[in-house]
Amino acid sequence: MKITKNVERWSPLIVLLAVLLLWQLVVVAFSVPEFIFPSPAQIALQFVEFRGPLLEAAWKTFWVTMLGFAISIVVGVLLGFLIGSSRLAYTALYPLMVAFNAVPKAAVVPILVVWFGIGLGPGVLTAFLISFFPITVNIATGLATLEPELEDVLRVLGARRWDVLVKVGLPRSMPYFYGSLKIAITLAFVGTVLAEMTAGDSGIGYLMQTAGSQQRMSLAFAGLVTIGAMAMAMYELFSWVEKRTTGWAHRGSQAA
Amino acid sequence: MTAFVDFRNVWLAYNEELERAGHYAVEDISLAVGQGEFIAIVGPSGCGKSTFMKLTTGLKMPSKGSIHIDGQAVTGPLKISGMAFQAPSLLPWRTTVDNVLLPLEIVEPYRSSFKSRRKEYEQRARKLLQSVGLGGYEDKFPWQLSGGMQQRASICRALVHEPKMLLLDEPFGALDAFTREELWCALRDLHAAQRFNVILVTHDLRESVFLADTVYCMSRSPGRFVVRRQIDLPRPRDLEVTYTPQFTDIVHELRGHIGAMRKSGVAVPQ
Repeated sequence: MKITKNVERWSPLIVLLAVLLLWQLVVVAFSVPEFIFPSPAQIALQFVEFRGPLLEAAWKTFWVTMLGFAISIVVGVLLGFLIGSSRLAYTALYPLMVAFNAVPKAAVVPILVVWFGIGLGPGVLTAFLISFFPITVNIATGLATLEPELEDVLRVLGARRWDVLVKVGLPRSMPYFYGSLKIAITLAFVGTVLAEMTAGDSGIGYLMQTAGSQQRMSLAFAGLVTIGAMAMAMYELFSWVEKRTTGWAHRGSQAA
Repeated sequence: MTAFVDFRNVWLAYNEELERAGHYAVEDISLAVGQGEFIAIVGPSGCGKSTFMKLTTGLKMPSKGSIHIDGQAVTGPLKISGMAFQAPSLLPWRTTVDNVLLPLEIVEPYRSSFKSRRKEYEQRARKLLQSVGLGGYEDKFPWQLSGGMQQRASICRALVHEPKMLLLDEPFGALDAFTREELWCALRDLHAAQRFNVILVTHDLRESVFLADTVYCMSRSPGRFVVRRQIDLPRPRDLEVTYTPQFTDIVHELRGHIGAMRKSGVAVPQ
């Protein structure tokens, strides 16, 4: 029992090490040239050599993403609240939002550049545009799937719509909300990097674009790893917050 | 004496289209329930029992006829009633005592003084929970309780604001036989102590006879009351009473009415 538990806890690390090992072996065994597909060791060397620029770019990407993500939480929650609590708003807005969400954000970046120029604007906005939809949908679902019995219990007491929303609807949709944050944060990183690659002058996306054009594949890969690590860290953070605040929705059979 | 609950020739169709077509969920319901009376409504499933509940709470307005409760015409959701359903529908993010406190956060006059007198109200909720045997479980979450305990908590929530009327829609339907009988007694004692009105919708005839002062049988499509049976078993009733011939006779008699309705589908003369 104890051994399996330990294995479970360390399994992500074990898998990661195994993948790195396999990767290194394949690259060495087939002597793949570095400018095609670098080995983990070569990437690690780049991390050491370019830690200054990488850190700076990572920091830039990070806070641009956070800014876009913050806007997307605010807008996503408000929109979700509106759509989830009013059937009219749902019917009226939902098709439009689905259409909007289906638009490839890569196609939007050039337009944003025309409007806001090179720099912060396109990054923040792309991160926002790509990540607010899951938040909206999840909040709306949480509110719209309220059990009618629960609503009746409150309405019999003379509760107003607002009471029902605040006392039951919102707390009930919190697990959905946190679930969506985990998806949205990874999407937000995608958005920022996308904007930086297409029209940036700094950040990990820009760094990767530059490295790629100079055939410095190891450095481009180092950028990829950085993004992955940041997204993973944020994901874990939101998982942790989720468990802390909405444990009631994640109870296992052993919790009872 | 005026009746506490007074239905006069009440008809309800769920929408205008159905009304034009002459499809009513309940038809021509008249009844008068005295203050503190415990009535039970039995009938085959789909006969409009739940519709009747919605009318009584003011969640639905009658298409024809009038409803007066406590001398007042019903025009919207009443604030003097508490309700419990077959599913306990407790909020999983609140502890049991916080669940029971929920009505006090909504109904006046408690609502406006809730923040300042929270301690006192909490004390009251705990006492109520203890009175139905949930002492020691007040700070547990609902999902940590058994089905029967959750249902007790649900009934406490329906009673915490001291409503004049308690509406129960098959509250014990999902419980096992032993737990059900235990809860019958819990409800009997609460009713004896507080003398609120109870309207209990059930399909368990023994339950209706054991608990109620008056049992109404409802027929299906059209949903109307076809039998009114006074239960004059002396109170307080002990579970033992359910094994007496007197008790079984009444259950049999009601069973006969329901059986006749199922066969012919026509009203049985009162």
